[in-house]
Amino acid sequence: MPSWIAVVILMAVAFLFAVGSLIGTMALKPRRKFDAKVEAYESGMVPLHDSRGRYNVRFYLVAVTFLIFDVELLFFYPWALYFNMISDQVSLFASGCVFLAILAVAFVYEWRKGALDWNQ
Amino acid sequence: MDFWAWLILITKVLAIFVLFALAPLVLVLAERQILGRLQSRYGPNRVGWSGWLQTAADGLKLGIKEDMMPAGSDKGIFWFAPIIMVMPAMAAWAIVPFGPTVELGRSIGLWIADLNVGVLYFLAMGSLGAYGVVMAGWASNSKYAHFGALRATAQLISYELVLGLGVLAVVLYSGTLSLVDIVDAQKGLWFIVPQFVGFLLFLFAAVAETNRAPFDLPEAETELVAGFHVEFSGMRWAFFFMAEYANILLMSAVITTLFLGGWHGWTIPGAEGLTSVFWFLLKTLTFVFLFFLFRATLPRFRYDQLMNFCWKILIPIGVVNLIAAAGLRIVWS
Repeated sequence: MPSWIAVVILMAVAFLFAVGSLIGTMALKPRRKFDAKVEAYESGMVPLHDSRGRYNVRFYLVAVTFLIFDVELLFFYPWALYFNMISDQVSLFASGCVFLAILAVAFVYEWRKGALDWNQ
Repeated sequence: MDFWAWLILITKVLAIFVLFALAPLVLVLAERQILGRLQSRYGPNRVGWSGWLQTAADGLKLGIKEDMMPAGSDKGIFWFAPIIMVMPAMAAWAIVPFGPTVELGRSIGLWIADLNVGVLYFLAMGSLGAYGVVMAGWASNSKYAHFGALRATAQLISYELVLGLGVLAVVLYSGTLSLVDIVDAQKGLWFIVPQFVGFLLFLFAAVAETNRAPFDLPEAETELVAGFHVEFSGMRWAFFFMAEYANILLMSAVITTLFLGGWHGWTIPGAEGLTSVFWFLLKTLTFVFLFFLFRATLPRFRYDQLMNFCWKILIPIGVVNLIAAAGLRIVWS
């Protein structure tokens, strides 16, 4: 598998470059820390509490919707790939349409329910 | 693999490494110069010959700056976030074909690896960048970084679907996932002609995936200061910058490969390899210029417009386009 070896080598070089230059600049950089300097930036105010609090549920909705659609998209890669390989393209096309129709029902339902509306 | 094969492979990897290290320097400078001209002002014009050493000086400065870890930050994740940002941005270059196979004593393909899942590899490396964003925002313990990371993640994963839909239309026509074979399949007709809709989808998604204007909400300067990397400084910050510009170049190269025929163009007999690489670079840099032009001319979207544009316009268009492309294929064959 020579092509995968090449990819692994490139990844290793990338990793070594990143870690190496971070460590390399450690030797060069000054270290003058004091309390006000390491404070998290908040427009000059002293941060009141930890920033990792609750956030809008819409982000979670986007993540869930993404999961569904991404898996659906993955199913389409072999489908698109086989279009050039088999002779019975019509039935392949039909099966893709059926799959999409089922998905479209879910999509329309989600749209009507307002899961895709950002400002509500 | 014999000695020469290893030597060629190592040379190619080093070439990509040099490209990855130098391209951001040149691109940042080019962007600042072009933006300067477009806004009727001088760009950087002090360091070097009319400013041509400006980014080299900036890079040097960033290398010797103190890099802070804010109080209450998650040290391990904070350390690792820039690395996981830079690594996939560089590793993704493995599958980009710069030119055809050339004969230099033996046949050398001008790419690092011709994977049979090349397109999926590209998408996978693109998704890994989202992890860097989430980790950076979460580890910083800053509110701006937190909000920036949330926005960026939602934007990245949403537009990833659009990216996938654009690629799917090409796969439907080429019947292969290998980028080299996709370029070969465009010998007669570039895929931008039958798949202009797919091209537009991919272009929009590419701009959004690289967090560039008009989709640069994760780092909207006027409201989030710098978004997810606001707490990063010194070399770590430079890594985020490098990754952004390397990704712009990568996206341009992949658009060229998928839709504009890659290295195909009029070649001079006797120097096919050289002219092919020239065409590839010319097309790629045209798209890089387009990215800069977008930034200079388009105002930023509002966040709800951004999400509605993706989920209610681009994704339905992408799905319909996919089915239409499949139907057209049956009619033609």
